[in-house]
Amino acid sequence: MKDERLLIKEEQVLERIERARRRKARLREEAITLAHGSGGKASRTLVEAVFLEAFGNPVLAPLDDAARLSVDGANLAFTTDSYVVSPLFFPGGDIGDLAVNGTVNDLAVSGAEPLHLSAGFILEEGFAVDDLRRITASMRRAADAAGVTIVTGDTKVVERGKGDGCYINTAGVGVLRRPPTRDVRPGDAILVTGPIGEHGVTIMLARGELDIEADLPSDTAPLNGLLESLAPFAVRRMRDATRGGVATVLNEIATDHGLAVVVEEAAIPVRPVVRGACELLGIDPMYVACEGRAVVVVAGEDREGALAALRAHPLGADAAVIGQIKDDPPGLVLLKTAFGGTRIVDLLVGDPLPRIC
Amino acid sequence: MCLGIPGEIVTISQDQPDLAMVDVSGVRRKINIGLLEGEPLDPGDWILIHVGFALSKIDEAEAKAALEFLESIGQAYADEIDALRESRIE
Amino acid sequence: MRYVDEYRDAGKARALAASIASLCEPGRRYKFMEVCGGHTHTIYKHGLEDYLPENVTLVHGPGCPVCVIPMGRVDDAIHIASQPGVIMTSFGDMMRVPGGDGSFFDAKAAGADIRMVYSPLDALKIARQNPDRRVVFMAIGFETTAPSTAMTLMRAAATGQDNFSVFGNHVTIIPAIKAILDSPDLRLDGFIGPGHVSTVIGCRPYDFIAREYGKPLVVAGFEPLDILQSVHMLLTQLAEGRSEVENQYGRVVPWDGNLKALQVINETMELRPYFEWRGLGFISHSALRLRGSFAAHDAERIFQIPGSRVADPKACQCGEVLKGVLKPWECKVFGTACTPETPIGTCMVSSEGACAAYYNFGRFTRERVREATR
Repeated sequence: MKDERLLIKEEQVLERIERARRRKARLREEAITLAHGSGGKASRTLVEAVFLEAFGNPVLAPLDDAARLSVDGANLAFTTDSYVVSPLFFPGGDIGDLAVNGTVNDLAVSGAEPLHLSAGFILEEGFAVDDLRRITASMRRAADAAGVTIVTGDTKVVERGKGDGCYINTAGVGVLRRPPTRDVRPGDAILVTGPIGEHGVTIMLARGELDIEADLPSDTAPLNGLLESLAPFAVRRMRDATRGGVATVLNEIATDHGLAVVVEEAAIPVRPVVRGACELLGIDPMYVACEGRAVVVVAGEDREGALAALRAHPLGADAAVIGQIKDDPPGLVLLKTAFGGTRIVDLLVGDPLPRIC
Repeated sequence: MCLGIPGEIVTISQDQPDLAMVDVSGVRRKINIGLLEGEPLDPGDWILIHVGFALSKIDEAEAKAALEFLESIGQAYADEIDALRESRIE
Repeated sequence: MRYVDEYRDAGKARALAASIASLCEPGRRYKFMEVCGGHTHTIYKHGLEDYLPENVTLVHGPGCPVCVIPMGRVDDAIHIASQPGVIMTSFGDMMRVPGGDGSFFDAKAAGADIRMVYSPLDALKIARQNPDRRVVFMAIGFETTAPSTAMTLMRAAATGQDNFSVFGNHVTIIPAIKAILDSPDLRLDGFIGPGHVSTVIGCRPYDFIAREYGKPLVVAGFEPLDILQSVHMLLTQLAEGRSEVENQYGRVVPWDGNLKALQVINETMELRPYFEWRGLGFISHSALRLRGSFAAHDAERIFQIPGSRVADPKACQCGEVLKGVLKPWECKVFGTACTPETPIGTCMVSSEGACAAYYNFGRFTRERVREATR
């Protein structure tokens, strides 16, 4: 008898939490914290409470990787991203590579052929011109590799101490060729184009504070060529897994469509060195940023074909099917652990933090 | 307080015997082995790492024994499944 | 990863789970408390509870040394961090713990120089590299971490690193377990003991639990098979009518602990007469402070800390949740005033706190989750 009453009470509490989750989150903070920039819950709340509030319009509303525009009959994709990485130079690339590849990828996952980029620079007084040349050389190389041109730009200089050397903003425009259909449904397969967590770990180690060395480069790369190989298949969604990692993208897919994302831990590719660093620091690779990986949702029957197509491309050699879409429980990401148990993969509030506990 | 990871000693510093270069799956960091003073430590030994210090030397014999226990349970379980399977063939 | 992957093997888990089920007396319910936050993390991360029979429950105890730090001490730390020229260094775990007036993250946003470190030695290095700044290390953790702080203090003293000090908040595990055991409404059948704390203190300190309270305790490792095996060992003890301390984590934990580690703690620190635990109130001889001989590196003496006592909000029922008496969802403010984004008490503060873990992971019954992942 007592057990039943307790069960009912537990149900009520769980329902209350569900209602709270569905309500729009309120921005409680009066000052911006680092968490607002990490891609997790705090970022989302900021976007909804401030930017959507102020700018709200139907094109912005989906909050996807790029905006889809129809201009005089031409279907275009338009996106922007800012790069504030520190250190500026790291194994596998530099801020210039990120600035080009990141924006190219936002266009690519929107099903667009990336064409032109803008590049805005905010430079700190005292920044070495040689470093600027290095960065712009990287950007040129990256643009050539991606098949895009940088057609307009801007430069501002701020006083010493008011900027971290160099900040870059790039915006990009492309022609919408094969926009993902967005009709995600149970039975759809979820793929990732390669091993996860590499960029984030590279940066953490490159900062030098942790005194940890590893043979690990950032995964920054342009994905447009790779993703074009998916043209023959029924692609429902594609997302660029950047800050917040694969876990954040999976959560956004689950909540966008009100469906369940069920993934197998054993199927998610992670390089041993990334795993080692994450175990040492106590962080979960699923939340660590990538800069050259996409999460793709395709029709179930296209699972094998899409995987083969990705694997045939050099950037997709380690692509994997990691899970599928189900209808229940809606809005949640479930992980079947390698150990054989299950757990829910939730959004983090901010960045994954190293822990000792 | 609880996060301890096993790592393999790669080198022990000649001029700083308190420090060892330790490898965890290809990730390397200098670890202070001062808390294991008195224990013979050589490259190839495995230690438990916590916040940059080695807390304990991993006992291979004990590790083996633990795994053997787990294997034996596994065997007992497999035997039971076999017995169950056989008993069905009537 | 060696010494890790072997203990995450699903095949062995199934076998152990079957054996565990066979050890349970039909109709009997078993409640085991795991004391350590790391164990809670493993249980959730690997979905370990899916392997336990219905009648075996794991209760999460006060093993999160970060979550039990009272709000007043967080405020004191922020006060120190806000002093001119101070660099406060801390483990990542502390960054989001709310004091009476915000967390380290909030203080950082307000201009305090607070930096995350992986090791106290990294904090000492920052002191070396910044001779004109005062560098303070926020020392937290149970006996696992205290030796590392101690070694760093000794190095600081030996090298004359005068601009380095420690704000000591180390707590000790035995008084916390004792507080749980002395709780009147508690019904526990045994303990899963803290593996890494035991690496330092050994297994003997738990003797009184088995002897005087008649509860078996198994010192457990942190991989999922370690915990499952420990449950197996506890059930075996109960089935055989025994009540002993056993060591499942023999590959890492020496029965006598680490003498050198205990020595360095003793050389640099001493027990405080009492210390307040968030949610558990004042517990005597449950925390460490720096000895007088290390006064030059004691942030508590160097900085005038307000020593403010911020009472736990009245609505907070962390104490009962920590003691395993209340389930998270039975707390009056769970999910309403107290959420992971707006945590009130210790149980919601850390992502492994019983309430945070339940809020994030427990909201769908195991049935539904298992169905979906079939």
